[in-house]
Amino acid sequence: MTNSSTCLDPDIAASALRLRQMVLAMAVQAGGAHLTPAYSIIDLLTVIYARHLNLHPGSETDPDRDRLVLSKGHGCAALYAILAERGFFPVRDLKGFCSAGSKLGGHPDMHKIPGVEASTGSLGHGFCSAIGMALAAKLQGRSARTFAILGDGECQEGSIWEGAMAAAQLELGNLLAIVDANGLQGMGRVENINTLEPLCDKWSSFGWDTMEIDGHDHAAIDAAITRAFNVTGRPTVLIARTIKGKGVSYMEGEAIWHYRLPNETELEQACAQLGIDDLNSVLT
Amino acid sequence: MRNAFIAELTELAEDERLITLLADNGIIVYDEYARRRPKQLLNLGIAESNLIAMAAGMAGSGFIPFVYSIIPFLVMRPYEFVRDDICYQNRNVKLVGIGAGYAYSTLGPTHHGTEDVSILSCLPNLTILSPADPLETRQATRAAHEHEGPVYLRIGTGRNPDVLDGDSGAFTIGRARLLREGSDLAILSHGTILSEVLVAAKQLERQGISTRVLNMHSLSPLDSAAVVAAAKEIGTILTVEEHSIFGGLGSLVATTLMESQCGDANLKLMGLKRRFCESYGSVEDLRKELGLLATDIARAGAELARERAATKQTSRAAGAADVRQIDQADIQPAGTHKA
Repeated sequence: MTNSSTCLDPDIAASALRLRQMVLAMAVQAGGAHLTPAYSIIDLLTVIYARHLNLHPGSETDPDRDRLVLSKGHGCAALYAILAERGFFPVRDLKGFCSAGSKLGGHPDMHKIPGVEASTGSLGHGFCSAIGMALAAKLQGRSARTFAILGDGECQEGSIWEGAMAAAQLELGNLLAIVDANGLQGMGRVENINTLEPLCDKWSSFGWDTMEIDGHDHAAIDAAITRAFNVTGRPTVLIARTIKGKGVSYMEGEAIWHYRLPNETELEQACAQLGIDDLNSVLT
Repeated sequence: MRNAFIAELTELAEDERLITLLADNGIIVYDEYARRRPKQLLNLGIAESNLIAMAAGMAGSGFIPFVYSIIPFLVMRPYEFVRDDICYQNRNVKLVGIGAGYAYSTLGPTHHGTEDVSILSCLPNLTILSPADPLETRQATRAAHEHEGPVYLRIGTGRNPDVLDGDSGAFTIGRARLLREGSDLAILSHGTILSEVLVAAKQLERQGISTRVLNMHSLSPLDSAAVVAAAKEIGTILTVEEHSIFGGLGSLVATTLMESQCGDANLKLMGLKRRFCESYGSVEDLRKELGLLATDIARAGAELARERAATKQTSRAAGAADVRQIDQADIQPAGTHKA
């Protein structure tokens, strides 16, 4: 599954695989989830949390912490999995995903979940809030950096481009936007619905420093993030070319899996591909 | 009122957490503020959705953003951002809407602030303040700054007549202000049209109608105790607003009365009923067209007070009849009641 990736660190590769296992278990337990939008950002999140984000259990309110905003809030299963894995709350809490009494809903709630900076779910909001966070850090003279993860379909929202203009004007070198460019949106291929290409050129023309990488290549992700924060005086966007549903062959690149849950046969196949022997034990 | 707001804001900006965010409105009027607080003023351009969400993000990092624009652009265009990023996230952001009612009377319906309370009063966590004059604007601005949580402050522009006298007492969120005591009729209102209401109350006085005037500057939370007291003590309520009655003060008062089992109070709502005012001129010109001048308010108030007086007479007669029926039942011989 991570064969195409440059191996940065075996622990990170193992972590990414484990997150995919957890997300599948969560989705099955909940009886539904945005599985594939979570799978396309897992490698990005794994590298960010393991090697770049200055945020740890206990530092959630530290004014100097780095902020990560999942602007494409529907990919939250991946975020919950990594927050649990990194100790922000117990892994067993993931069993409650989308259930009555759980803090983990189908979109993230900043008031319930440690480590979540903004309650997202409606597209085009989190990115703009992240710009506010980056501006605040700049005005306060803090070293805190802000990461925002956007969907490519989300870039059809006008507010994204309002924000893109403002962040460049405000010279927010402490801001990194990562576009999960998986090429798919709810009802089909982005290019067939409201194309965004040339996406790099668009961001570049808005005054951003741009990089384009394979969003599943851990070494490339790592290098790009390091480079991004060495750029001063303007924000950086990483166009991460990803595969929606990455990790489960029949889900990869198929729009229908934005919503669908595997049937019994499909589930067996997914477990086999993700190295899961016992799905019930994944969240323990 | 705008100048009063900015003057107060300039003082409050001693608090370095306060930052004023503009959407390209306010040339000249912010000059003094900019001179005194240059690091606490940013014009983020004509992009209100981003502006609202950015303010939420800044509030999360310890700033107290005052976001200022013309009402429809501030809260209608980016409504979902207000709902999700300010209210749902419960951010300490102050939204300051300029142009309440027909303050921009020459600019047409795109610039009128006549449905904002309707769409905002249903939102959780949001405090809504609608001051009546420059003095109250300063007080409301200070209250908004002191309040921890989202606030929407709606104000007029330019010169607005004084409504409060010097000894107006403290401004308290959630507490209506008694502007005038009376016993025949209660007029509940908010914003700059209160100046018309006070003139109407004097006209009514000359007709022998004693009018209580309540300034409902705090629309959310509404002072429900003051509303209920008006219903119980007077029983006749006229709401007056330069705003839609649907979702505006009139609806809020009606809901309060029904929820408080005061539905038998006589209630009339004056304001807009699903219409745009497509005329131009002064605020008074527009109020005249819509029947919201002092004379219109006095006429409606007098009619309502007379209706109430007539109803009271009728119910007194009906009440007496009820008593007589009970008396007759009571004197029926024992054993004649059917089981």
